[in-house]
Amino acid sequence: MSQIQSNIPSGPLTEKWTQHKANLKVVSPANKRKLDVIVVGTGLAGASASSSLAELGYNVTTFCYQDSPRRAHSVAAQGGINAAKNYQNDNDSVYRLFMDTIKGGDYRSREANVYRLAEVSNLIIDQCVAQGVPFAREYGGLLDNRSFGGSLVSRTFYARGQTGQQLLIGAYGALSRQVGLGTVKLETRHEMLDLVVIDGVARGIIARDMVTGEIKRYSAHAVVIATGGYGNVFFLSTNAMGSNGSAMWQAYKKGAYVSNPSFVQIHPTCIPVHGDQQSKLTLMSESLRNDGRVWVPKKMEDVERLRKGAVKPSQIPDEDRDFYLERRYPTYGNLVPRDVASRAAKERCDAGFGVNETGKAVFLDFKYAIKRLGKSVVEARYGNLFQMYEKIADVNPYEEPMQIYPAIHYTMGGLWVDYNLMTNIPGLFAIGEANFSDHGANRLGASALMQGLADGYFVLPYTIGEFLAGEIMKPKPDVNHEAFVAAEKDVLERAEKLINIKGELPVDHFHKELGKIMWNKVGMSRNEKGMTEAIDDIKKLKSEFWKNVRVPGKVGELNQEIEKAMRVADYFEIGELMALDGLERNESCGGHFREESVTEDGETLRNDEIGCYVSLWQHKDVNVAPQLIKEPLIFENVELSQRSYK
Amino acid sequence: MATDNILKNLILKVWRQASPKDKGKFVTYTIQNVSTGSSFFEMLDLLNDDLIRKGDEPVAFDHDCREGICGTCSLFINGKPHGPDNLITTCQLHMRKFKEGETITIEPWRSAAFPVMKDLIVDRNAFEKIIQAGGFVSVNTGGIPDANAIPIAHDAAEESMDAAQCIGCGACVAACKNASAMLFVAAKVSHLALLPQGKTEATRRAKAMVAKMDELGFGNCTNTGACEAECPKGISIANIARLNREFLVAKFQD
Ligand SMILES: Cc1cc2nc3c(=O)[nH]c(=O)nc-3n(C[C@H](O)[C@H](O)[C@H](O)COP(=O)(O)OP(=O)(O)OC[C@H]3O[C@@H](n4cnc5c(N)ncnc54)[C@H](O)[C@@H]3O)c2cc1C
Ligand code: FES
Repeated sequence: MSQIQSNIPSGPLTEKWTQHKANLKVVSPANKRKLDVIVVGTGLAGASASSSLAELGYNVTTFCYQDSPRRAHSVAAQGGINAAKNYQNDNDSVYRLFMDTIKGGDYRSREANVYRLAEVSNLIIDQCVAQGVPFAREYGGLLDNRSFGGSLVSRTFYARGQTGQQLLIGAYGALSRQVGLGTVKLETRHEMLDLVVIDGVARGIIARDMVTGEIKRYSAHAVVIATGGYGNVFFLSTNAMGSNGSAMWQAYKKGAYVSNPSFVQIHPTCIPVHGDQQSKLTLMSESLRNDGRVWVPKKMEDVERLRKGAVKPSQIPDEDRDFYLERRYPTYGNLVPRDVASRAAKERCDAGFGVNETGKAVFLDFKYAIKRLGKSVVEARYGNLFQMYEKIADVNPYEEPMQIYPAIHYTMGGLWVDYNLMTNIPGLFAIGEANFSDHGANRLGASALMQGLADGYFVLPYTIGEFLAGEIMKPKPDVNHEAFVAAEKDVLERAEKLINIKGELPVDHFHKELGKIMWNKVGMSRNEKGMTEAIDDIKKLKSEFWKNVRVPGKVGELNQEIEKAMRVADYFEIGELMALDGLERNESCGGHFREESVTEDGETLRNDEIGCYVSLWQHKDVNVAPQLIKEPLIFENVELSQRSYK
Repeated sequence: MATDNILKNLILKVWRQASPKDKGKFVTYTIQNVSTGSSFFEMLDLLNDDLIRKGDEPVAFDHDCREGICGTCSLFINGKPHGPDNLITTCQLHMRKFKEGETITIEPWRSAAFPVMKDLIVDRNAFEKIIQAGGFVSVNTGGIPDANAIPIAHDAAEESMDAAQCIGCGACVAACKNASAMLFVAAKVSHLALLPQGKTEATRRAKAMVAKMDELGFGNCTNTGACEAECPKGISIANIARLNREFLVAKFQD
């Protein structure tokens, strides 16, 4: 295992980060001016990193595929952001947040990383308030909190149902300020399509200008990937249409390890699929489970009457409702973690109790909250979510319960990074959802925003110095270096090849088919046979794609089809690796539910003998199977136990 | 969920323009079997699927989150920014708002400050420049006092949030006969000025942003209220009044 250098500092857990910071190299202000950093992504992770690095004096170039950094998909986060402030005096602490996150992740993350995350969480809230984030407040003027799944305290800060938007506007403001000052060069509508590695070190990227179609070279002393998650492998997800895995995947092909790719989060409360024309799924925030109660009818005849429209959900009396989460998990009730809630919904629907025509929906009911708190309080808390729901579903959730069903939401897997957030390619860093680091096999609600901002504001700006301190004598790499020329040529050839197939079927056709394979065989419930088949199915689909896709237009113009085709080409390969990773991990943990490994009452059954590892996949050659390396997870402070939310 | 029906036939008049220099024109398409439960973009996906299979060029349009929050989507639908429904973006518009056989006219935002790049996609970079001129609180990362050190009145935070909800889509500019960006600027100025953190540099911010807006060729505000009526987030023109009252007065005092 000697090839894995996770660089976790020694010493007691609570001292590791402090000690580590004290030992990190620092680059002088004069030298920072000589160093260039590329940041790919402008979500919470990328925007916070870009602005913080520029404030320190580095020359930053920042990329996003949207027309503005403010549109990165962090903007869509609704519910909130965690921090261990203990403002509620409910006995919260850094240690408790750490424990909840480790346990929530089903003991598949690194202790040291998670502890650091909990430690810097409080600074994030201070920073965001200073930027003018209008968090919800009590009448006394102090910050308000709400509860999220997997925790017994109230530590989630929020700005109505638009927390991600407000945090992103804060980070975007900081970034825009640096753009105005000339310290950040912003390349919007640019998509990274390759990583350039020279002498084993990350030295730049190849990006396509999405307006002109030009393929361009960019060099720097270090590259930071902050491109979010790859959940769109499933076609239907709560991600944005353009969210993609290509930056991660191209880095992988250049030698970066991808870790735990099979760990995806299925969010329990999304608006159900309406039919074949569906293009994406909309989340209804987890915060709704604070006040909403989840149920399906107890009696099959009620289910049938509901499906026929013979009865309204609100007409079903309380005694005929099965509040299955409260029944199965009395301690956490409706606030069990996401993986548990999702599987419980699937269990009821598989048993035939799904409440809509497709049989794939359960109710989330606010009747009780409205009675307890009054409509105006519920409206103040969730008004925008209720409005969103009504516009999509055409049902008023103040009067009738919402219908919800699980959907793909977040990817815990991603680029492997060490404690400094550097990948195994020196000079290549990964932050935010794009890395694998902190959430183990299941992420707790309100912890992704926390992690993205922790990485960007308070970790990377320190740890990148350790690498960059060794670079001060080196000039900015020349974009005419043969590695740049070759990478550019490779991207252009890939794109041209896609255009020249001139087949019969649009890109979306293949993407939808891939999504079906993934959802059915590498989704909420997995087994050996299914995942083995999935690998085969994907291979066939991929070869069909490369023979029969039709991509109209040219590479050298604004062309949304080539954008999609390049992403989908990578999704096949990512999907395959996800299935392989899931197959390899013959235990259930968190969101990874292996049917071969369950307890008597149908819960995930971890196997710590074989499962205490992070998987690191190393790309070999196109036709050679990737190699699996395992980083052992060592728990010095936490005792491993079966998760119980009963 | 409400029960969905099928719209058997719709007629689409879509603005097609190959590039910024191209003159552009409307092209009429018919489209079949659209579910009323589909979103407007799912209907356009269907159109594009059809066009690609037939060997035509699909229609380019901007979209990303498809849930009304990123502000990427635009579109003038039947003469209204973000279409016939209220308080939503185009991506939240659903086909149940349309009738069997209806003709739907689809255009890009029309404003000199937002030039068309292709078909329905416009360039909104001007908004970026306005924000870069001052749409932030000038604090660096780190060295910040505890978040609860400054209490902020509940109502001030709420009022600030009302303005902060702006998604920067540009519907206000598209709706305005003068192509003014005042609602966009006023929302940002209000969001920050209503909070103590943002108050310190409020005047400077307002002046810098307004100056940039003027420089970029946005029109003057003549209080028609069209922006408020079309804003998908319901941002109030009271913000414009606040901007005028509190900050632009200062401009003349300099
Ligand atoms: C609907 C929804 C609700 C959520 N709610 C919550 C919540 O309440 N609390 C919480 O903690 N978490 C929540 N999450 C999760 C959280 O929002 C995300 O995990 C987090 O915001 C990701 O941030 P990021 O900066 O890593 O990536 P993103 O915000 O996704 O940003 C990715 C960036 O990378 C750019 N990019 C991507 N690919 C390329 C490429 N190839 N080339 C160039 N640029 C590229 C994009 O343009 C974008 O700027 C939610 C997620 C979703 C989808
Ligand atoms: S696509 Fe994001 S607001 Fe419409």
